[in-house]
Amino acid sequence: MTATPIPATYRRPLRQRLAVTLEPWLYCAPVLILITAVMLVPLILGISYAFRDIQLLNPFSGGFVGLEHFKTLGQDDAFLRALRNTLWWTGASVFFQLAFGLILALLLNVPFAGRGLAQSLVFLPWAVPTFLAGLNWAWLFNPVIGPIPHWLFALGLMDEPSNILADPSIAMWGPILAATWWGIPFFAITLLAALQSIPKDLYEAASIDGASPIQRFFSITLPYLAPVIAITVLLRTVWVANFADLIIVMTNGGPADRTQTVASYIFTQAFKRLDFGYASAVALVLLALLLAYSMVILVFRQKLSNRDK
Amino acid sequence: MTATRLFGTLAHRAAILCFIAFALFPLYWLLKVSVTPNDLLYSEGVRMWPSRTTLDHFRFVLANSEFPRFFANSLIVSGSTALVSTVLAALMGYALSRFQFRGKLWLAALLLITQMFPLVMLVAPIFKILSPLGLTNSLTGLVIVYTAFNVPFASFLMQGFFDGIPSDLEQAAMIDGADRFTAFRHIILPLALPGVAATLGFVFTAAWSEMIFALMLISGSEKATFPVGLLTFVSKFSVDYGQMMAAGVLALIPACLFFLLIQRYLVQGMTAGAVKG
Repeated sequence: MTATPIPATYRRPLRQRLAVTLEPWLYCAPVLILITAVMLVPLILGISYAFRDIQLLNPFSGGFVGLEHFKTLGQDDAFLRALRNTLWWTGASVFFQLAFGLILALLLNVPFAGRGLAQSLVFLPWAVPTFLAGLNWAWLFNPVIGPIPHWLFALGLMDEPSNILADPSIAMWGPILAATWWGIPFFAITLLAALQSIPKDLYEAASIDGASPIQRFFSITLPYLAPVIAITVLLRTVWVANFADLIIVMTNGGPADRTQTVASYIFTQAFKRLDFGYASAVALVLLALLLAYSMVILVFRQKLSNRDK
Repeated sequence: MTATRLFGTLAHRAAILCFIAFALFPLYWLLKVSVTPNDLLYSEGVRMWPSRTTLDHFRFVLANSEFPRFFANSLIVSGSTALVSTVLAALMGYALSRFQFRGKLWLAALLLITQMFPLVMLVAPIFKILSPLGLTNSLTGLVIVYTAFNVPFASFLMQGFFDGIPSDLEQAAMIDGADRFTAFRHIILPLALPGVAATLGFVFTAAWSEMIFALMLISGSEKATFPVGLLTFVSKFSVDYGQMMAAGVLALIPACLFFLLIQRYLVQGMTAGAVKG
């Protein structure tokens, strides 16, 4: 759409010009107002809470405490453990989601009878509400009603059918498995869309030149997918690091804080102890870490795409 | 050569079947336990299908528990959130798709940033803001919060669909004397109906699943949404597995229906976006 150039001798009247300038903002205004009121103002308020003593049940709280919360944080072993757990939880969940999501996308990119049905079925977990996904997997791990402990026992991987969510050394695998189950469709949908946008003649040309399927994958498919994978992994990592639902539902951070992540720790501080000040301080640290991570990834991606040119 | 080809086809189908089995098994188990009579629950623990089935758990949950109310509350909240978000996102997405204006890039960046920061960070301040307004323990409060959380992504989704509709169409209508908003409503919006459906479905599913803010903002069972009700039920009656899972199956129904309706459009919309790059 090209704008018609306005002749210098003719200027539209002020009111009309104002209407043209304002028009897009009228369309944006409702969203803008809502986001400001419900996300930006609370964000700024939350940052200020991090430096104040805010406890819901204590009417005398509310005073400015400076960096007190952050000093406490530095010595809070539960927080430091939550930080380590977050790395493990996020890294493992995103890795498995990406790996299996990519495999699934490649499988679904091949035409076959019943592909539409297969696609609907494998994407179904994504529609399952996360609280239910968490409960569902917690039940599967429960030796009373779930089959998984009995299978592991039959395979000789377990001395007796017991709940892995109750075993501090392996409890984290429970939420990771549930997150993988729930997150594979997201990666598969995104990567499938990217796969379908790769020009088909590239493959034809490559196979005429005698490239094997493996060569075609590494020299056509992967380079095409790389930018999509990079941005999806970035977004998902941030999202999974913030995602506390599965952990709250499945283990509530236990046993012995072994599955407590920073996100679930924030929720526990705010919801159970009603200590809004301390929760906000933890949240601010999480925000800073995620920002730093995003910066590193974006710079890295920029470097990579510059090198190609 | 044909042998390897046959082997490849078989391996491909087997792999697809594995993925389907992995995706469906937990849901299958949920359904299985929800129809298993209590006396068989422990004796036939790992059997794939109980020797007798019953709908007692569903009957109990529907007649004697508060789940119908939780279900209705969740429907109201998710339905309203989906409607309001889609209307707002259609306007915003249209502006992003059709207008060139100063500050547009900043606006898009702002929407993107709201998707990046930890929502759990907002739990405490939002509670503090909504409480004096009487919007805690209220379904309206939840709708407002959920709409704000979902509208940025919904706007991008709608923008993608509008980008696929040639702008000559409303140009023609505007030359014929319609103003832009009329052209948008009568010409563009009907053409973007698949996009509207996808956006509705996406937001509905997201609102139906939300748990953290529902737990924080709602107290008491009067206004509880499904996740709050289910988690309360689980912590109170943690031995009644049949009933819990029957309730779980109920929570699954609307989300899955919506998803099956829209998933075709969703892949379509994302493909269109990807082609545009």
